Amino acid sequence: MGMVGRNKFSTKIIASILLVLGAIFAAFPILWMVCSSLKANSAIFAWPPKFIDETASLNSYFAVLSDSVKLRFFLNSYIVAGAVVVVTLFVGILAAYAFSRFDFPGKGIFNSLIISVQAIPPIVLLIPYMGMIVAMGLFNTYWALILTYLVTTLPYCILMMTGYFNTLSKELDEAVMIDGGSRWKALWSVLVPISIPGMVSVGMYTFMQAWNEYLFALALTQTTEMRTVPIGINLLMGQHAYDWSQMMAMSVLGSIPVLILFIFFQKYFIAGMSSGGVKG
Amino acid sequence: MNQLLGKRTAPYRYLAPTLILMIIFLVIPIFNVVRYSFVDKAIVRDDPEFVGLDNYRTLVADDSFWNATGNTVIFVIVSVVAHLVIGMCFAMLLNSNYFKTRTKTVARVFYILPWVFTASVVAILWKLMLQPSGIVNYLLSVLPQISQSTEWLSNREVALAVICFINIWCGYPFYMISILAGLQGISEDLYESAAIEGATPIKSFIHITIPQLQPILISIAMLDFIWTLQSFNVVWMLTGGGPVESTEMLSIYIYKLAFQKVDYSMASTAATLLLIVCVFIAIFYVRQQKKVRD
Repeated sequence: MGMVGRNKFSTKIIASILLVLGAIFAAFPILWMVCSSLKANSAIFAWPPKFIDETASLNSYFAVLSDSVKLRFFLNSYIVAGAVVVVTLFVGILAAYAFSRFDFPGKGIFNSLIISVQAIPPIVLLIPYMGMIVAMGLFNTYWALILTYLVTTLPYCILMMTGYFNTLSKELDEAVMIDGGSRWKALWSVLVPISIPGMVSVGMYTFMQAWNEYLFALALTQTTEMRTVPIGINLLMGQHAYDWSQMMAMSVLGSIPVLILFIFFQKYFIAGMSSGGVKG
Repeated sequence: MNQLLGKRTAPYRYLAPTLILMIIFLVIPIFNVVRYSFVDKAIVRDDPEFVGLDNYRTLVADDSFWNATGNTVIFVIVSVVAHLVIGMCFAMLLNSNYFKTRTKTVARVFYILPWVFTASVVAILWKLMLQPSGIVNYLLSVLPQISQSTEWLSNREVALAVICFINIWCGYPFYMISILAGLQGISEDLYESAAIEGATPIKSFIHITIPQLQPILISIAMLDFIWTLQSFNVVWMLTGGGPVESTEMLSIYIYKLAFQKVDYSMASTAATLLLIVCVFIAIFYVRQQKKVRD
């Protein structure tokens, strides 16, 4: 024991205090959001504040879930995010197959093009999109969002799936082709079924990106019935009578899909985060 | 013959959907935005007049542009540095052997939480907490020196600092996770042999941890630099750039030009400059990634 032991003990105490302070810093705002969603709106700014008070109820949740305008925000978000996931996986798997199985002129350029997408500020693309989307007759439609989201979701899918296919032996495709099957068949009947874990993690990220997107949804849709959840939450904030407890309930409900994905796929989530380049 | 042609074009057929999408929604738009910056009344008029560098001259003479640039620079530097410091501290806590694995797993979930929430939730949640009669002012009122409550988001003096703080809160987990992965990759032997030679924890942090993490640190800082440079959502929803442009970022400046003042030419001019800066950093990033891989 002696000096060294005591020193170690006090470091451990400091580290424990830091660990707890850090957790408060990270989680307190979220805890406050959940608590506020349970309060009556008149009790939101009670002084002194309480975590849970006598007005605690699920009323704000019922109010959000029985409001067809707000439910429409959720429906829109599910439709857009779901469609983006399906199209991203389909188109991305085709491209990943080409990158993994072929050598061809221009491969390097295509690859750089795909990596470089991350560096393009969305606001830069939004200016020309405006005119384009209107000219295509897609303004204020699901397609305006689905097509523009693909630009940011596809690169990650292609990079991840190329990496995944690269770990699978080329003999798998060759076995199918020797039996007289086509490459197309080798891809969909052999490679894709074994790649499901990779597709799940890519699909999850794509869903999160699409679910959370704000800027394009703000500018490329216009009517309330076409708005997605992030815009819907913000629209509530713009109204003159602030119903904080409903806004918090809506925020909690809007975070649930992503939170569920996060809890169930934590391992993939963390692996993807540390491989870089993924904004949740 | 036909078969050979089929073989040659095969990779392009698989790539075709991606290529078509990327050309329509990436290559052409970028080309257009640059083109708009050289004409007057882009998009609004059918045959806008070519004006050379006039838009660029107007832009650099605009005080609001330099104000937005200044705010963006402060925002980016403060965010990136604070993310790095906090991410490093939390990662080292989670990697230390003071706690049980179970404790660390639970703590990690808590620490990642701010990253999981979408920008509009982050904005609305902090707006609630920062209200004049909100929880933040209550917690501060417990301190003896502070008596009056601050209007955090509508006070020119503090709004930018508040925006930075919120951006720090929701951005550090990305660093923490990347650094944690890096820390777990450093061999214990390095620390043990340093300890035998009598190195203090601080010395081994400077001479082992930092150099070992350097490639990761540079990569994530560059990515974050690009993201923060283009960030729009949280600031837009919290302050809309105000009060009196005190939190106006370049992306907000561009958005207002395009979608409020309907001056697509000037918006494109500022956007082109922002794009050039981002591409420049991206080139460094890609080079850095190549170096890490080799």
